Amino acid sequence: MRTRKRLRGRRISLGALCRWLGAQAEALGVEVFPGFAGAGPLLEDRQVIGVRVGDMGRERDGEPGPNFAPGVDIHAGITILAEGCRGSLSKQLIAEFALDEGREPQTYGLGFKELWQLPPGRVKPGQVEHTVGWPLPSSVYGGSFVYHLDDDRVYIGFVAGLDYAHPDFKPFEAFQQFKHHPTMRALLDGGEILSSGARAIVEGGLQSLPRLEMPGAILVGDAAGTLNVPKIKGVHMALRSGMLAADHYAAHGKSTGFDAAWHASASARELRRVRNIRPGFRWGLWPGIANAALETVTFGKLPWTLSHHEDWRAMLRRDQTGEVPEDFHDRTLAPRDRLASVYFAQTAHDESQPVHLKVHDTSICVERCTAEYGNPCTRFCPAGVYEMVDDAEGRRLQINAANCVHCKACDIKDPYAIITWTVPEGGSGPNYSLL
Amino acid sequence: MSRVLVVAEHADGRVNVSTARTLACAKALELETDVVVFADDGSAVAAEVAKLMGVKRVLRVDAPHNAHAIAAVLAPQLAAMAPEYSHLLAPATTFGRDLMPRVAALLGVPQVTDLMEVVDARTFKRPVFAGNVIMTVRVPDGIPVVATVRGASWPAVEAGDTEAPVEPFTVDADIPAHTRYEGLKGGTGAKLDLQSATRVVAGGRGVGSKENFALIEKFAERLGAAVGASRAAVDAGYVANDCQVGQTGKIIAPDLYVAIGISGAIQHLTGIKDARTIVAINKDGDAPIFEVADIGLVGDLFKVLPELEAALDAEK
Amino acid sequence: MKILVTIKRVIDYTVRVQLKRDLSGVVTDGVKMGINPFDEIALEEALRIRERGDASEVVAVSLGGTEVQQQLRTALAMGADRAILVEAGELQPLEVAHALKALVAREEPGLVLMGKQAIDDDMAQTGPMLAALLDWPQATFASKFEFAGGKATAVREVDGGLETLGVDLPAIVTTDLRLNQPRFVKMPDIMKARNKPLETVPLASLKPPELPRLEVKGYEAPPQRAGGGKRVADAAELVRELRARGAL
Repeated sequence: MRTRKRLRGRRISLGALCRWLGAQAEALGVEVFPGFAGAGPLLEDRQVIGVRVGDMGRERDGEPGPNFAPGVDIHAGITILAEGCRGSLSKQLIAEFALDEGREPQTYGLGFKELWQLPPGRVKPGQVEHTVGWPLPSSVYGGSFVYHLDDDRVYIGFVAGLDYAHPDFKPFEAFQQFKHHPTMRALLDGGEILSSGARAIVEGGLQSLPRLEMPGAILVGDAAGTLNVPKIKGVHMALRSGMLAADHYAAHGKSTGFDAAWHASASARELRRVRNIRPGFRWGLWPGIANAALETVTFGKLPWTLSHHEDWRAMLRRDQTGEVPEDFHDRTLAPRDRLASVYFAQTAHDESQPVHLKVHDTSICVERCTAEYGNPCTRFCPAGVYEMVDDAEGRRLQINAANCVHCKACDIKDPYAIITWTVPEGGSGPNYSLL
Repeated sequence: MSRVLVVAEHADGRVNVSTARTLACAKALELETDVVVFADDGSAVAAEVAKLMGVKRVLRVDAPHNAHAIAAVLAPQLAAMAPEYSHLLAPATTFGRDLMPRVAALLGVPQVTDLMEVVDARTFKRPVFAGNVIMTVRVPDGIPVVATVRGASWPAVEAGDTEAPVEPFTVDADIPAHTRYEGLKGGTGAKLDLQSATRVVAGGRGVGSKENFALIEKFAERLGAAVGASRAAVDAGYVANDCQVGQTGKIIAPDLYVAIGISGAIQHLTGIKDARTIVAINKDGDAPIFEVADIGLVGDLFKVLPELEAALDAEK
Repeated sequence: MKILVTIKRVIDYTVRVQLKRDLSGVVTDGVKMGINPFDEIALEEALRIRERGDASEVVAVSLGGTEVQQQLRTALAMGADRAILVEAGELQPLEVAHALKALVAREEPGLVLMGKQAIDDDMAQTGPMLAALLDWPQATFASKFEFAGGKATAVREVDGGLETLGVDLPAIVTTDLRLNQPRFVKMPDIMKARNKPLETVPLASLKPPELPRLEVKGYEAPPQRAGGGKRVADAAELVRELRARGAL
């Protein structure tokens, strides 16, 4: 299914917007510290008092190296967590303060985005296309977007719900296959890929939203989960929640009351209207679309709220699933493979640092997962971080941490929930200047 | 006076191959070419240079202060010779890159680094951004062209049919005493440096273990090559990370690169794109390395390597 | 003794450089910028010399537009005592060397430490050019540097191995990768750096001479490897093929 419309105004890079906003903030006297990662929350007497910045210069084994620089503690009257989807501090604090108590489990999608430079004449600036479905099996929620930009460039995006069940499903390859649909191939053939990226997207909506406040801290944007899923639009919601948090703190000087303030806002009304659309797709593509249509024409006023399940629990064991999904094939468009995609994400990590993807028990990978799920981490990770290696030392998990594009899919989807994504050294990660 | 002066690079009485590569560039200029040999006793080097194709004259500047190639010492001498020439060329090795900017500054002219292609006598192509972009520059009229020549872009000239005359030459220049040569370590015996080696043998994940990697090292030694590795091999712990070739390792441009058990991820290929000849040996015939390799052999390295050594011995 | 360290703002080394569509240069809009990595090594070396008591002051110098202040602030955060920004448009190495010569006359450093080359234009010229203009010794591609009294010893990474060079001071030293590993910038030091002096000097005040420039004719992508080369059947054929190509 496909829709097409034209937008007025300009389409700009979110990265460029953030850099511009950073400069505005600095001009107002705000300290901005790019290249320093918030590694952990600081707590005192059940109160968030700030953030610990990550250490720099630890060796692979975790020991301080010759240039070791311990991270500093930043104390604050209020800490606003704006880490984006599945933030590693937000995750800890949601658990610490049980902010998700009584809420539906959070659910996610894995999004991909590429920037292409196309031959002249193909791009219609302002045109936006959305599709749902193909090449995803009916059981997997997802779809695509194409934004036509200036200078013969387009953004191509694709999202696949991480609540998919089949352990052999490959989100990255599904996206690549989508690009080979006759209409897409006609658009892209002869073009050049400039940039690529992947990122988990928070899809739980209103019913999965954790409490947005805790003593000393506030959650905003995708760290909280304010994204409007049917529209795949999170930026305006994030901006609004950030502004609301600023107003709230300026007026009250504390986090108390922010959750109520947000729920009284237009953002909450927007999410309420669309709350049942995403979960309807667990019945499959067409029932999902029918439900979405119903929810849309009734403005979400139907008296029920559909529930979610945790993505990592949604995966079935190989002995519970039917046929292995058909592998994708006939790919001619760039990138050639996941590693090539990583190359276009310009991801960089100092390779002597400790592995920032913590797999708590790698014996599970070999002893259970291989048989039960066939090591799906090797398929859902869009960056080829996880590899099962069979060599002279036997079968083992190899973590190519330097490839990581910080999408967080592993932290979400691993069927044993034994992968924890932690922040690497500050400044590491993908370099999305144009996305 | 459109004439080229090439500065010979030499060590231990032998001319360096970089000089013959620089002569290839001089040949592309289609101008009369002299070569200057700075040494304390340049007889052997001059005789060797005289045989190289396209050399008009060899100028021997023998002096005790020229015993070692010190830029601060050579630069004023070369600058003094410059008025007779339209082009001054040296190899873009650490020798030429040390010397030629100093010469250019003494002459008050800009310098061209890493000349890789001659467009016309004053217009050249050179790599920037580690070879990811090529820039075309023109040296304005009326000033000498001072350039270093990128070895990987020019095949060394062979010996010619004739022998150029060798002429002793004296240069009038102030020789500074502020810089002293105190020794050179390395070269013989030491492990070959990956970055400057003309041949590199590299292993990847396909090698399978640290123990197996010894096979790569042995074969490298057999070829007189430095040892390289893909990131996958380094990450798997088969070899130290200073061997890593690629985007996050070393960017190299050897004459011969033999990739063994390397799949050829784009990040690895970035590091070898300027190698002259790439050989791929891999049991997976669909590996991307074959898409860039000049010669490919699909096979099991444990079988191929011993056969290769035998074939090399047989043809000796 | 005062040490002058030169800093160049370049496209960050992790960025995949892209040509502009009209081939007029490379894309810099919205691209991550940083200190040239070799200059960072030069600065680190200067800081270590000062920290062990052999230098009294480290001055970071750069040339360019106001945006270069970012890199100079980073240099100050790393530990430079003060910074000088020579306000200028795009300069070529010889012009930079002349401007630096004028600054050297004003600052009278005992040592100038510079990166061996900038990772954008890869020219490796400014160091030797400045040395020539000052008639100072130069030790390029240094991977080790020591000094005592008025003399210094540098170990240079040359193609033939490691060369040791003795130089009188003042001298120009250009730094190679293995000289040291630069320190990380610490967050509190970034805040302190805001109060360190950053002087702005218009290029014209250094009275630079009129100098010939290379004319930049254009940019292009490097030729692609042909690749997809010959498949050989066995080791013997491989060796024959290599010999035929003169690769052995």
